[in-house]
Amino acid sequence: MEAIKKVRGRAVVVPGDEIDTDRIVPARYLKAITFDGLGEALFYDERYDETGNPKDHPLNRPERQGASIMVVGAGFGSGSSREHAPQAIKRAGFKAIIGESFAEIFFGNATQIGLVCVTLDPEDLGVLAEWVEAHPEGEVEVDLEAREVRFGGRVAPLAIREAAREALVSGRWDPLAELMEAMDEIKKLDAARPGPGKRGGYRGLA
Amino acid sequence: MAGKTLYEKVWDAHEVRRLASGQSQLFIDLHLIHEVTSPQAFGMLRELGLEVAMPHRTFATVDHIVPTDARDEPFADPLAQAMIEELRKNTREHGIELFDVGSGKQGIVHVVGPEQGLTQPGFTIVCGDSHTSTHGAFGAIAFGIGTTQVRDVLATQTVAMPRLKVRRINVNGELKPGVSAKDVILHIIRTLGVKGGQGYAYEYGGAVIDGMTMEERMTVCNMSIEGGARIGYVNPDETTFAFLKGRPYAPVEDEWEEAVAHWRGLASDPDAEYDDVVEIDGSQIAPYVTWGINPGQAISVEESVPDPAGMPAEEAALVTEALEYMKLRPGQPIKGQKIDVAFVGSCTNGRLSDLREAARVVQAAGGRVAAGVRALVVPGSEQVARQAEAEGLDQIFRDAGFEWRYAGCSMCLAMNPDKLVADEISISSSNRNFKGRQGSPQGRTLLASPAMVAAAALAGEVVDVREVLGVKV
Ligand code: SF4
Repeated sequence: MEAIKKVRGRAVVVPGDEIDTDRIVPARYLKAITFDGLGEALFYDERYDETGNPKDHPLNRPERQGASIMVVGAGFGSGSSREHAPQAIKRAGFKAIIGESFAEIFFGNATQIGLVCVTLDPEDLGVLAEWVEAHPEGEVEVDLEAREVRFGGRVAPLAIREAAREALVSGRWDPLAELMEAMDEIKKLDAARPGPGKRGGYRGLA
Repeated sequence: MAGKTLYEKVWDAHEVRRLASGQSQLFIDLHLIHEVTSPQAFGMLRELGLEVAMPHRTFATVDHIVPTDARDEPFADPLAQAMIEELRKNTREHGIELFDVGSGKQGIVHVVGPEQGLTQPGFTIVCGDSHTSTHGAFGAIAFGIGTTQVRDVLATQTVAMPRLKVRRINVNGELKPGVSAKDVILHIIRTLGVKGGQGYAYEYGGAVIDGMTMEERMTVCNMSIEGGARIGYVNPDETTFAFLKGRPYAPVEDEWEEAVAHWRGLASDPDAEYDDVVEIDGSQIAPYVTWGINPGQAISVEESVPDPAGMPAEEAALVTEALEYMKLRPGQPIKGQKIDVAFVGSCTNGRLSDLREAARVVQAAGGRVAAGVRALVVPGSEQVARQAEAEGLDQIFRDAGFEWRYAGCSMCLAMNPDKLVADEISISSSNRNFKGRQGSPQGRTLLASPAMVAAAALAGEVVDVREVLGVKV
């Protein structure tokens, strides 16, 4: 797995707080057995009207095409546990999201697929958003090692849960291999622990 | 030394080890899957050439996409048919038990787990579904996970998870007549905010919670996630044990006593330390209705929709956005708001007691569903449907002009044919009022208890169910 230490690219601001996963990916796009093509479902109902014509949405603006960093508000990704939400963002070409705060399941899901989510304090975030709005060509850099976001000659300290930062910079954001190392221990727990419909699991536990 | 919370006890008993990142590798006793968030996980397993490590700890059901008006296959929607078939294939291939349509056990995953006795105190329970917190009602540590984590559980029966803080929420005193578990949780979310629970597991207690039935506790725990808490639980007690006894997958006779003794010991110690404690006065809670686009935007039925004028800019912006989307007038009373659709169902309020409550209101109010209103009752599981039919509830609903449906998630998120049309406004016993949640990008949702939904269905507008029931306000 690739170590993710820095993300650099052009950015787009998706304004608003409490943007829930139903808005990020409307439920009808969950009707599929793979994540393929999800990038196009990203914010669909906010980006297109009923007849499929594009609305005025930041992601539709020509100067924002190819952006790889999304700047959002507070409580981003609340609601359902659908991994379709971070998957859609990743598949639409984004590598990092900078916001004021993230819903927990969303944050965990995003980190596990190597989509970087970091927070800035509200004041810095406001400055960043304004700068991005004014500089469509400008690049933003998220530096997980230095714990900084840099843009237009400015530097803002970023925050991210240490376990997630560690997992990203060390290339262990997908934990499966590490989880599998403990299979022997896990099998012992499985044998000892009670389970649904299992006989004998509670024996001697009390 | 201070005592421990149930959360700590259960976590410690399941922590395989600490990972390099500092997260816990947590053993999972029960893994529930459904058709929407599992197929990609099985796909990932296949790509990696991995097997399901412990198929006896995973159970599957179909709920989100099943049509609830007719269940003949193939379904009218070929994508829905493909999803159910994929689940059948995956469960068959890996030896996982599936509660298929018509098996008598099918239903919404968070209804069938407890109903079958799969959900037990002290278990760690995960599902690729955020309302997994429901199972915490039994004193389990239950939380929603993403699809990549579903893969992890299938492959290793463990997940990587950070340990949370614990907030104790005491709901004290006594509820007034006509006030339900749904109103309690809407009140809690309004009080603590939709982000208030981030980083916390919620432990619910106090006289009101102690006095609740298991179904009511499930309603409360179900919506923990709407308050930002990934986990919500209630300490197991006699009510819990009585509910579980004799359920198909619960411990059997000869070890029942041992199981109960173990469960008793799991409850939080009286001297346990919490990271935070919140006191709520249960007697102050009235029937609730949401007016906005997140579940924290809730008011009692006696209140008026907020007016953004004079609010701090940030708050005003949120309120204005919600009111514009909902097409409500600032300051209007919520009582009297017209509705187009009434939906009784979902993992929050689609259990037998919810249907009984709704039927009781229908009988008390008399008459029929108001002209122009579409009203649906969707039982949470095949078993709930069977029991309701045995009691004649379906007839009460049908006679009053409600549609009586087969079990599934239905209009809670409208991945099946049950959807709002255009900007219809519904009153719904489900858990989310997000923009577009009920199937139309302009659809509007008012969340309320099943009793309030039933009352509104008959009146054609939001009413105070306490007036219908003749209980003193
Ligand atoms: S009833 Fe609604 S919230 Fe519950 S599992 Fe189904 S879709 Fe999710």
